[in-house]
Amino acid sequence: MSNIQAIRRKTTAVERLLRVALYLVLISVAAIYLLPFIVMLITSLKDVEEIRTGTLLSLPSSLYFDSWSKAWSSACTGSTCDGISPFFLNSFQIVIPAVIISTILGAINGYVISMWKFRGSDLFFAALLIGCFIPFQVILLPMARTLGWLGIANTTTGLVFVHVVYGVAFTTLFFRNFYQSVPGELVKAARLDGAGFFTIFYRIILPISTPIIVVTVIWQFTQIWNDFLFGVAFSGFDTQPVTVALNNLVNTSFGGKEYNVDMAAAIMAALPTLIVYVLAGKYFVRGLTAGAVKG
Amino acid sequence: MKTNAINSEPTNARAGRPARLSLADWMPKIVMAPTVIVTLVCMYGYMIWTAVLSMTNSRMLPSYDFVGLSQYERLFNNDRWIVALTNLGIFGGLFILICLVLGVILAIFLDQKIRSEGAIRTIYLYPMAISFIVTGTAWKWLLNPTNGFEKLMIDMGFTDFTFDWLVNPDKVVYCLVIAAVWQASGFVMALFLAGLRGVDGDLIKAAQLDGANTFTTYRRIILPSLKPVFFSAMVILSHIAIKSFDLVAALTNGGPGYSSDLPANFMYAHTFTRSQIGLGSASAMVMLGCVLAILVPYLYSELRGERNE
Repeated sequence: MSNIQAIRRKTTAVERLLRVALYLVLISVAAIYLLPFIVMLITSLKDVEEIRTGTLLSLPSSLYFDSWSKAWSSACTGSTCDGISPFFLNSFQIVIPAVIISTILGAINGYVISMWKFRGSDLFFAALLIGCFIPFQVILLPMARTLGWLGIANTTTGLVFVHVVYGVAFTTLFFRNFYQSVPGELVKAARLDGAGFFTIFYRIILPISTPIIVVTVIWQFTQIWNDFLFGVAFSGFDTQPVTVALNNLVNTSFGGKEYNVDMAAAIMAALPTLIVYVLAGKYFVRGLTAGAVKG
Repeated sequence: MKTNAINSEPTNARAGRPARLSLADWMPKIVMAPTVIVTLVCMYGYMIWTAVLSMTNSRMLPSYDFVGLSQYERLFNNDRWIVALTNLGIFGGLFILICLVLGVILAIFLDQKIRSEGAIRTIYLYPMAISFIVTGTAWKWLLNPTNGFEKLMIDMGFTDFTFDWLVNPDKVVYCLVIAAVWQASGFVMALFLAGLRGVDGDLIKAAQLDGANTFTTYRRIILPSLKPVFFSAMVILSHIAIKSFDLVAALTNGGPGYSSDLPANFMYAHTFTRSQIGLGSASAMVMLGCVLAILVPYLYSELRGERNE
């Protein structure tokens, strides 16, 4: 820990005042960051009349949960009115296989790139790295044609495929960076003892990989759950992920605008990743920084 | 010493195995093959495909009548594209600048042995876990003149208060900045905080002994050593800015008119809803150019740095 206060022992009155100011600033900033979520929450618990007459920050006079059940099961998203629950399930149907497949592929690729280097494997890694950063607009149309050609356009399978293809760059990066720090002697010794490619992977590499698997799964889960571009470009009406359904709900409702329903739906769409963040924030941050700091 | 003997072995996959060309030797290549093929086809192949389409007169369906660079000419004569590009400049510039400044300041503040630092950090970072669609929905509500902040201020007695940026074509791009900064600044804070924690403690102690105060120590010793973090953050933020699509879709839907369009939204609209595949592809190629212009120098310096280690 780099810390400066620790070195200077004497605390003067000025310093104490500065510290109070510091806490005030930090807490007010925290309040500002929390505000949008709190406003969403209290808005979702008011009825439409109360939203119209009250202000943004006024608390609901009584808790009104109808907007939540409406958002879940009967609000209109585009042309149907079944709420966001079918799309919420779609998202899980896309996220679960996509996360599992891209994580497995990333682990094996990372293992090869760091321990079984062959001619061109480093070059390929560099090519993959650039792939993490390309704007997806540049592949959108050819991918749409390909999905149609493969017969998986507008299906959940198609979206799983797309998320795996463009997620593998990140998962490979994560595993490669992690395996890079594993001592090579471990693998070399096993090789001398006659252990093969998969034996080494199962017996030696996989058992020490738990931390990076957790990071990768959380990262991929968040990325894929929060995706909108692929969802809107490649899904059929029945297979839309929840982000697309939420956007339809908010942008296409007719008549009186039900902000409470919008807010309830938005919170629901955000809930899975928020829960992951609260439960495993440490790993989430590690994923962010692992994706950020290339190696 | 056994380990020494092993260390001197060549790193070749065949080390210690006499059999040549056995299945085991090919295993690494076989398991990598699907990723290699898919990456070459679905990233690089598609990039070339899009580049080709950008030089054709494709409209609703891809056609392969080459028209040279005339789609690019059309693109840069297109008012909507110029608006989108200008917006990207304003949005990207402000978004990156504010996130960096805010991120550094918050990280330094949090680095002062703050009680319940963990809780505060968690709050600063939570927006990063949320989809831009949700962020857009939330801020659309907060910035809405009839129900949001404007109404709040008027109800609080400031009857002349106006805050109509969301519906004002000249100001709407700043709404995108507000929402995006809320979403990403905590992440920049986390990056810098990690960087601060990595600074050599002895260096700081030495500066303190020389009589440097906190402010000078940060300005002269700590911040200069965070240059790599600074560059990483800048690259990631510019990448987020260039590919921003969902935030616009949810917050403004490009409106009023097309005054808050960004290039990603222009591309989507022309390719998928306006049957201008050629023009859409040209805009995608320009976006790719922007990303590469930032990325290539960055990766080059990163990889060179790694080799020097």
